[in-house]
Amino acid sequence: MVEVYLDNSATTKPMEEVVEIMVRALRDFYGNPSSLHRKGVEVEKLVKNARKQVAKALGVKDEEIIFTSGGTESNNLAILGAVEGNKRKGNRIITSRIEHPSVLNVFQHLETKGYEVIYLDVDEVGRVDLRQLKDHICDDTLLISLMHVNNEVGTIQPIEEIGRLLQHMKMKPIFHVDAIQSFGKVKFDPNKLGIDLVSVSGHKIHGPKGIGALYIRKGLKIAPIVFGGNQETGIRSGTENIPGILGLGVAAVHAFQHLSEHIRHMRFLRDRFLHRVKKEIDHIKINGLEGEGSAPHILNISFIGAKGEVLLHSLEQDGIYVSTGSACSSKKNVHSHVLKAMGLKNEEIEGAIRFSFAYHNTAEEIDFAVDRLKKHVADLRRIMMR
Amino acid sequence: MKKVLIVRYGEIALKGLNKSHFEQKLIRNIQGNIKDLGEARIYKSNGLIYVAFNGQDEEEMIERIVKVFGIVSVSPAWEIEADMDIIKETALKHAMERIEEDQVKTFKVESRRGDKGFPFQSPQISREVGAYILPRAGNLKVDVHEPDMIIHVDVREKAYIYSKKIPGFGGLPLGTNGKGVLLLSGGIDSPVAGWMMAKRGVEIEAVHYHSYPFTSERAKEKVLELTRILASYCGPIRLHLVNLLPIQKEIHEKCPEEEMTILSRRFMMKIGEKIAKNNGCNALITGESIGQVASQTIQGLTVTNEAVSLPVFRPLIALDKVDIIEIAKKIGTFEISILPYEDCCTVFLPKRPVTKPKIEKILASEEKLEVEKLIEEAIVHMEVIEISMEE
Repeated sequence: MVEVYLDNSATTKPMEEVVEIMVRALRDFYGNPSSLHRKGVEVEKLVKNARKQVAKALGVKDEEIIFTSGGTESNNLAILGAVEGNKRKGNRIITSRIEHPSVLNVFQHLETKGYEVIYLDVDEVGRVDLRQLKDHICDDTLLISLMHVNNEVGTIQPIEEIGRLLQHMKMKPIFHVDAIQSFGKVKFDPNKLGIDLVSVSGHKIHGPKGIGALYIRKGLKIAPIVFGGNQETGIRSGTENIPGILGLGVAAVHAFQHLSEHIRHMRFLRDRFLHRVKKEIDHIKINGLEGEGSAPHILNISFIGAKGEVLLHSLEQDGIYVSTGSACSSKKNVHSHVLKAMGLKNEEIEGAIRFSFAYHNTAEEIDFAVDRLKKHVADLRRIMMR
Repeated sequence: MKKVLIVRYGEIALKGLNKSHFEQKLIRNIQGNIKDLGEARIYKSNGLIYVAFNGQDEEEMIERIVKVFGIVSVSPAWEIEADMDIIKETALKHAMERIEEDQVKTFKVESRRGDKGFPFQSPQISREVGAYILPRAGNLKVDVHEPDMIIHVDVREKAYIYSKKIPGFGGLPLGTNGKGVLLLSGGIDSPVAGWMMAKRGVEIEAVHYHSYPFTSERAKEKVLELTRILASYCGPIRLHLVNLLPIQKEIHEKCPEEEMTILSRRFMMKIGEKIAKNNGCNALITGESIGQVASQTIQGLTVTNEAVSLPVFRPLIALDKVDIIEIAKKIGTFEISILPYEDCCTVFLPKRPVTKPKIEKILASEEKLEVEKLIEEAIVHMEVIEISMEE
């Protein structure tokens, strides 16, 4: 059976070069970079090189990159580390309602610890309200944490405007950007935007799972959340995940070198998909933005009157893999918090499907997916509308 | 000196002429449940079964064996020469072990002399063994009324020393009461129903109905997991997976909405009966309980019952939900049953299902469907997997 993988926001297929370097790392580069002997020194060099590769992809200095166990840890370390390390800055911390759980749940935790937490609303396309943000920033604001690209609907947040806004402030809050969905998909420059912390993840850019990185602007104080042998300049203890780090390095180089070309290709696939769906399937709603202002690789569409999970399993039978905005359960409330925050009606949430593309997807795959989608939506509606 | 498990069985002993057949079956079932743990000799003597260890982990052996239906209790014991000095030594050693492991503080000795050739009478054995242990076991004291531990000395051809009794589930050996097809959903009830019938010696074949792709692969995984747990009591179970979606689509299209559930149930029963007949089973088993849901009223059950001619066993019919849950927890299926994946898609759930269906109306609705053909097709496309406790 053909495999058309359109769930690249969930995870991506690792590149061959990534697999190769990881196998070599396991087989040959098994030394501990902290060891004094040659086996250690050899691996230390490789880690240094990988750090350079990731730094270059983000346009920052090598020593500003810390390796972590993935996006969740990067977000946790950024938020908890910044708050713990800069307590005197204030008590107010700001985020939005559509963040990933690895941010939202940290904020909820801090709320129980006595921090004043502001959750910014989003409009109907999933963008935070700049004016609301401005109203909430005060001298007491310690941290602002926002995602660059929303993982469910692909809307790009106005982080440039926010960065500019903050740069003019006397008591500038720390600015963290969760770039897990945008790294390798949307161009941005943390340096120019005045961003202090940036989270990225390996497995969203065709690298390995279990590895991520955090950019920490030089001079910013971050308290560790894991204690041990003081690896990663004491901010992230634990023997380095060498296969992961080397795999991430290779994936970052690839994503960075082909960034413009990948963006163009994914945008082409997305446009083609969207164009056909709009023309050939009725009663749909595009969640997020159709073109400008959206990431090139995420497309979220509600098929009114069709159940998302049923559609997902129907497509699965054809070898097409996608995600839903809700699970088919009558018992639990499992609707997406993002779609709810955007004000979608229940039937729109229940019929929502996320298609997410990668550089290796082809126009033929898109056409096949739309053909099958069209058929399944029609079948399902016939059954459900009765 | 060697470690054995003494296995006691109850009801079988009452079964008159069939007794030896039942015992043979029980021994074979014990063998089946422990065979992957390595060689173990199993023998029978004077109404008890003995399982001799061969390096296996004692706890694991007990855990496996108490799951065999027909067993009343199990005791790990030392099997030794029927010699008074050896008996005393071993009883003391056993007492010391229990003091160490379970911090027992008081004890008494109870004895039985099965071998009348043994030169001491039961009370005498108890006295002598007790008197031997008492000064040698630190602070251990005698308490004849409520001791922490009763050391049993059972003198037969050999002598056996033990103090623990782990209860089994009782019932009858599996396979001594024919074979039935269990309608197994992913819910709490049906695994319990299957377990209860198996406990009465009925061998189980299972059938599960799903609506893929309207339901998730994970719902199927859940049923596999439940079957695996049942298999730890019953030995390998054959699971038939039937996709009901084509039938549900037909019903949905041609019959009144409120009859969806009851008509589906009738198809499930009919397909179950077909599977039963093809596999030498003589009954259907369901987890239905009166009043639990709309299809489980007397009228509803009458209409589903009418779909088949085989007897339908409903061991949960008069149990309260809390009681069913209690059994599910005891046998280990509860935690899996409550996972959220649904096996029956909510797409087809009628808003107001009929609670008092009339058989004439339901039969009239069925007239609109090609029942035989739909059943045939469902069976042709069904998937059959044999599931055992490992994996």
